[in-house]
Amino acid sequence: MNLWNKLMCYSRRHSPWLFHMNGGSCNGCDIELIASLTPRYDAEQLGVRLEGSPRHADILCITGPVTHNAVNAIKTVYDQVCGPKAVVAIGSCPATTNVFIDSRTLDGPLNRHVPVDVFVPGCPPRPDAIIQGVAKAAEILAERAAKKLPIAPVVMPLVGPGCEGACPCAATTELKNEEVRA
Amino acid sequence: MSYKIPMGPYHPALEEPYKLDLICEGETVIDAQLHIGFNFRGIEHLAETRNYIQVIALMERVCGICSNIHTLTLCNAMEGLTGLTPPPRAQYIRVIMAELERLHSHVLWAGIAAKLMGFKTMFMTCFELREKVMDVLQAISGNRVNYSMNRIGGVNRDITDPQSILRLVEALELEMGRTVIPIFTTSRTARSRCAGIGVLTTEKAVALGVVGPVARASGLPQDLRRAAPYAAYTEMDFDVPVQPAGDVTARLLVRALEIMESCKILRQALSKLPPGEIATEGEKFVFTTGTATARVEAPRGEVMYSVSWKEGSRNPARVHVRTPTFAVMPAIRWMVKGARLADTPLIQASIDPCYSCTDR
Ligand code: SF4
Repeated sequence: MNLWNKLMCYSRRHSPWLFHMNGGSCNGCDIELIASLTPRYDAEQLGVRLEGSPRHADILCITGPVTHNAVNAIKTVYDQVCGPKAVVAIGSCPATTNVFIDSRTLDGPLNRHVPVDVFVPGCPPRPDAIIQGVAKAAEILAERAAKKLPIAPVVMPLVGPGCEGACPCAATTELKNEEVRA
Repeated sequence: MSYKIPMGPYHPALEEPYKLDLICEGETVIDAQLHIGFNFRGIEHLAETRNYIQVIALMERVCGICSNIHTLTLCNAMEGLTGLTPPPRAQYIRVIMAELERLHSHVLWAGIAAKLMGFKTMFMTCFELREKVMDVLQAISGNRVNYSMNRIGGVNRDITDPQSILRLVEALELEMGRTVIPIFTTSRTARSRCAGIGVLTTEKAVALGVVGPVARASGLPQDLRRAAPYAAYTEMDFDVPVQPAGDVTARLLVRALEIMESCKILRQALSKLPPGEIATEGEKFVFTTGTATARVEAPRGEVMYSVSWKEGSRNPARVHVRTPTFAVMPAIRWMVKGARLADTPLIQASIDPCYSCTDR
């Protein structure tokens, strides 16, 4: 690797610009993405900036379970991002279509349409987790620029306080167990 | 000659995907067309395939900003069908959650409006303040967005230490009164950008049937917390701020005053929190055949759920949702008529639209 390539890798890693795209999400993830850029979490310290145009961006952040209406737009926007590029799927929706599974108006999950590099799980993921995912994507971006990495999606670990068995997912499993017993 | 400027569906000035076609003559907008449906996930149909517990988790994800309101309305409707009444402590906790949600939603809106005004400092200040509201919500529910607090016949989690929450709320109120409210009410930047634009007259507001803060900013004193109290709102003492002007400043003021009213309600609810159960534990219930409706004042206006059930079934027969943005949306057309093109993003954001609720 010559000096120029090294410099490019360094800069890619330290100033990833994001383009955010809403593929039919419930707004939860979008708001958390914006929250991660504001003073408390301050993703800008990593050089992250939210851009208005996909042509200026390096990392595409996609939220939502990918509705029929969004599929073509997602593909177009993906093609508009200049390479090397990385895709971060924010939330459980783009990964698995989440609670909306079986819906006939969805065309998810996201990796059926564009290659995804980082999955950030959570419904919604905490801003810390989003920043961690974006930082991971920036790493991938730098490596990819250097040696054309093949795409192997990374799934980030869950971050944040646990649900302590009080959330509806636990309630549903309990119900099923009770049914089985009865 | 008029020409059409398409805006969206994926556009940096829009938070969500929807399409606004502006028909302009020079710099003046003469008409607007709104296209929605990019977020259509078919939730109402999905609800018919989920059982009475799963449907609550599903409906929580209708909207990520007012998630608690949706489950609250759904649970109210389902309680109507089962005949369960939540205990008083649960009713108070519901009020507390609803008001905290109103707070964070209004502060969020203020931030986004500030961003559209080009007032980036204010945007950051609002979001920093919003994090403090999120801290309170997280202290109560453990989550930041989808709280999963409501269930049939009560709430899932108790507020074990209302005094510490009360202290957080008091700090919040002080901060709101010190930064957000004065900047929006007295700052020249905010005033010169908002005054006199996007006017919706009282007659037009009545004719279009708008709800929530938009109606209150057009001089209509309507608020379901007052008109048809649910949960524990009968025991709360609060004012309904009304502004007659109908422009963006009026909407700003109504929301700013509502923030203070919410703090007031929170203080009362936390200090009066009655002891007892938080849910009807162990009580068996059955769904009767029929339809129940429930209406709740969400941060953006009235949300209505109509839930139909057939006896013996585990799944609802039909869940119908009517969201506030659906009622307010048509007003955009009358607000932008005659406005300058540069003002339209702010005008359409001033109704605080939530298209993910509207599309579902
Ligand atoms: S993962 Fe959860 S919060 Fe995020 S868009 Fe999907 S339902 Fe909403």
